Amino acid sequence: MLRGWVIVVVSFAYLGLLFAIAYYADKRADQGRSLIANPYVYALSLAVYATAWTFYGSVGRAAVDGVGFLPIYIGPTLMIALWWIVVRKMLRITKENRITSLADFVAARYGKSALLGGVVTVIVVIGIVPYISLQLKAISSTFTILLQYPEIVMPAKVGAVPPLQDTALWVAIILAAFTILFGTRHLYSAEHHEGMVAAIAFESLVKLLAFLAVGVFVTFGIYDGFGDIFARAAADPKLAPLLTPFEGVAGSYASWVWLTVLSMLAILFLPRQFQMTVIENTDERHLAKAIWLFPLYMLAINLFVLPIAIGGRLHFPDGTVDADTFVLTIPMAERQELLALLVFIGGLSAATGMVIVETIALSTMVCNDLVMPVLLRLRALRLAERADLTGLLLGIRRWAIVLVILLGYLYFRIAGEAYALVSIGLISFAAVAQFAPAALGGIFWKGGTRRGALAGLLAGFAVWFYTLLLPAFARSGWLPVSLLEEGPFGLALLKPLALFGLTGLDQITHAMLWSMIANVGAYVGVSLAGTQSAEEHRQASLFVDVFRRLPEGGGARFWRGTASAQDLHNVLARFVGAEAADAAFRAYAARKGVRWPDEPLAADAEFVHYVETVLAGAIGAASARIMVGSAVKEEALTLEEVRQILDEASQVVIYSHRLEQKSRELEKATAELRAANERLKELDRLKDDFLSTVTHELRTPLTSIRAFSEILHQDPKVDLAQRRKFLGIIAKETERLTRLINQVLDLAKIESGRADWHESDVDLREVVSDTLTAMGQVFQDKNIRVETRLPEVVPRVRADLDRLIQVMLNLLSNAVKFCHPTEGRIEVALAVEDAALRVEVCDNGPGVRPGDERIIFDKFAQAGDALTGKPQGSGLGLYISRHIVEHHGGRLGVRNRPGGGACFWFTLPLARGAPLAEVTHGEEESAHR
Amino acid sequence: MAKKKVLIVDDEPNIVTALEYLLARSGYEVAVAEDGEAALAAVERERPDLVLLDIMMPRLNGYEVCRRLRERPDGGAIKIVILSAKGRDVDVTKGLSLGADLYVTKPFSSTELIARIGALLGDR
Amino acid sequence: MIALCMLGCVLFNFPVLALFNVPATLFGVPLLYAYIFLAWGLLIALMAWVIERRD
Repeated sequence: MLRGWVIVVVSFAYLGLLFAIAYYADKRADQGRSLIANPYVYALSLAVYATAWTFYGSVGRAAVDGVGFLPIYIGPTLMIALWWIVVRKMLRITKENRITSLADFVAARYGKSALLGGVVTVIVVIGIVPYISLQLKAISSTFTILLQYPEIVMPAKVGAVPPLQDTALWVAIILAAFTILFGTRHLYSAEHHEGMVAAIAFESLVKLLAFLAVGVFVTFGIYDGFGDIFARAAADPKLAPLLTPFEGVAGSYASWVWLTVLSMLAILFLPRQFQMTVIENTDERHLAKAIWLFPLYMLAINLFVLPIAIGGRLHFPDGTVDADTFVLTIPMAERQELLALLVFIGGLSAATGMVIVETIALSTMVCNDLVMPVLLRLRALRLAERADLTGLLLGIRRWAIVLVILLGYLYFRIAGEAYALVSIGLISFAAVAQFAPAALGGIFWKGGTRRGALAGLLAGFAVWFYTLLLPAFARSGWLPVSLLEEGPFGLALLKPLALFGLTGLDQITHAMLWSMIANVGAYVGVSLAGTQSAEEHRQASLFVDVFRRLPEGGGARFWRGTASAQDLHNVLARFVGAEAADAAFRAYAARKGVRWPDEPLAADAEFVHYVETVLAGAIGAASARIMVGSAVKEEALTLEEVRQILDEASQVVIYSHRLEQKSRELEKATAELRAANERLKELDRLKDDFLSTVTHELRTPLTSIRAFSEILHQDPKVDLAQRRKFLGIIAKETERLTRLINQVLDLAKIESGRADWHESDVDLREVVSDTLTAMGQVFQDKNIRVETRLPEVVPRVRADLDRLIQVMLNLLSNAVKFCHPTEGRIEVALAVEDAALRVEVCDNGPGVRPGDERIIFDKFAQAGDALTGKPQGSGLGLYISRHIVEHHGGRLGVRNRPGGGACFWFTLPLARGAPLAEVTHGEEESAHR
Repeated sequence: MAKKKVLIVDDEPNIVTALEYLLARSGYEVAVAEDGEAALAAVERERPDLVLLDIMMPRLNGYEVCRRLRERPDGGAIKIVILSAKGRDVDVTKGLSLGADLYVTKPFSSTELIARIGALLGDR
Repeated sequence: MIALCMLGCVLFNFPVLALFNVPATLFGVPLLYAYIFLAWGLLIALMAWVIERRD
């Protein structure tokens, strides 16, 4: 009953249904009532991940090594957990930059590099071709098998069939035509292929239902539930190992891990996944639902894989039936015609979905990132001057689709037979995994450079080619097998399957290990070694900091040049058509509040940037850059300028924060410098004054001495009383002179650190009372009342007795000088503080002028200056005293008393540098002495 | 002929004593002021022919006294001799530019000082 | 979500997997098979819970 024509008609009917869905969805989109703008359709469309590989191949794999097929679905689940971080960022970047494909994404990130886009495209095409061939193989072989119904006969080797009788070729041609119909009716590819997405979502439902139907039929129809199947498997010595597949195989955990990693990367970087997840996404929020719905889909479609595999092995124990076909052959063997047909349609769904999305994505890349940049640069074609290029663009895309599918067919003819479905798919997975460093690095690491990305991609791709693709060719007989067994030129170290002698891993694990080392190493190494151009630096910032909102038209600020709105319109119209160009202009004008075309649009940087972004949506970032560049006169920004703008724009917060901090620091430094300068000036002035003062102080006694000497010398008639008086003056003035000279010498010694200190145990109470006694006459002469508060005993301190007396005398004579002229009162107090002795000498004079508290302890400073215009003393006393006190580890200071008058105080530590216990002990000891 | 009167302005009692003795011995009438303000008052009161002026004094320094004396209506008549321990060129120049007739640095030669005062007052 | 990814990496990796790689059964289903699907389902449930609870 299942004649060939029935199958063909059903197949075409199914494809027609898909097309109808797509057509309807497109219509709805045009009316603005999008069919796909909901998270469930989005999640289902992501299930394009499940291809013929999943539908047929997983069972094939499970029939050989049990749960070994699962990493391909668990890996994505793990990666999807990170989607909220990774994919959301990609979505934002893609939308803001109107990115059209994975190649565009990478190219745009690294300075809109056309070269990089081209390299990515080539790698993708070469890498994905085996994957497409896998789908062709699946469709054609299942078709062939189904034709033989009810017999179960494996299809003949393809090599034996002439191409024109080969179903796979016809499948390829039909798929190409269908894809062209589907994907290239519209040009404006940054808009969504709504029809395609709707059709793919429908296909995802069909393949899931078909697979579940088979699963239920096998598990519950043929056998008696899961327990029954597994019990039978466990009883069969050949099947039992499938249930504990890791047993005793060293490499199998490693291969499990690497498969997981590989599929984690594949879910991001397979062109069709990137297309569906990122490019076709209509709303960022849909991601949230997809994050758990899509893994759930994968779980569901894998639930029955192992039961079907075991069922197949039990059903066809002799091994003549390819395990990859169990899904189809079991229903056939059970004479379930409709189920078999449903399975075929499910498989067809899985395969066509993959081929359609994949080739559309690839054709966009080939057109935008490979062909157009080259054509635009070929001046001979004068392409940039042609009026309408929309036809050319569509043509390129259509031919790209045909080319990619035919390449897939070619690979199928060359290498398709040597591998099972899953192995072919994994080769493609490994190829797209090479984009991970450049793409992931590109959105999280600003330091990645164009050269780094290029080096990483090429290195990784070279290793992939050498370790995976070459062996595939060799096994198919296109290259000598000796290459695999002995290595090129007999160099065993370079054996493609055991590079540098690494053995014991399966082929994929081996290839991934080496290609990732080469890729990441080259990417990071070259990036770190080189520098970025201005454009690269700017794009890196736009990508990495995409969530840091730039001001409106932020990207435009990196452009400087002149253009006319008409030129820009012409450029845009050439690629997207005059109508779309008008629409884009109107949209921009509306945003700006301009009634275009009645009013002119200013072709400023923001507008040029807008046109470039719109154009990028049609022909990719790299090409758009070239085209807009041809229409405007652009002035190159220097790297420095761009950096400057960037710092302003995207790092404005950090930067201004730093700036504030810096300026605060600067202000502080300036203030400090100013203060230091003031201080230096002050010191300089003081020094000048000092010299003048010292001169004055020396000359004043000298004047008296000389005058009286001359009088006595010249005038013998001076009477005795006068003579005595004059001689007395001479003696006093001489003394004064001596004192001054001593002070100056003291000062010199102390300042140079050459003073001699004679330390002994000193009783400070004695020092105070002795000096008071010594000054007694002065107090009496000036009618000064002295009050003392001294404790009975104080601990002795280790100090230079003479110097302490000097300090006390200085403070007391200062007090005498400044205290009230007629009712002078001086209070002297000695006290034991925490670990020090404190002496205070207070007068009832005018006090120290506020602000002078510090300066009076400086050399040459004279409080008297300020008070009377006349210095009273040399200005050295307090300075020397301070040095003496500080030498003993104490402090000397002054405070004004509330009622008027100044209190000079100094402290002497009881034990310098000794612990407190010792101090207490010393106190007691000295107290009993 | 009446005795010429000299006003001694200085805050160092010992120097005042020496000057008083020297001038009296040379036949001058002597008045004393201990600071700048007192000096200005003494000039009003005593009408001296010559002022011996110290610079570094309490309240009003010698330069200021000199300047104010020269601002008086009969300011030109009075002779001013600055007698200062400040001996730098700038100090001397400043004193003379403010109208002092003579600038003598301390310590001075008593013979020379008396001779110069005599010359200024046109005695000999 | 990062933590869930880490959790998944641990659940589906060598030492844990080896625990279940034994010829035992759970309601007639091989332990390894049952474990993987249960853990997987749990992980998806957690992801759904975390992401839907986000706002």
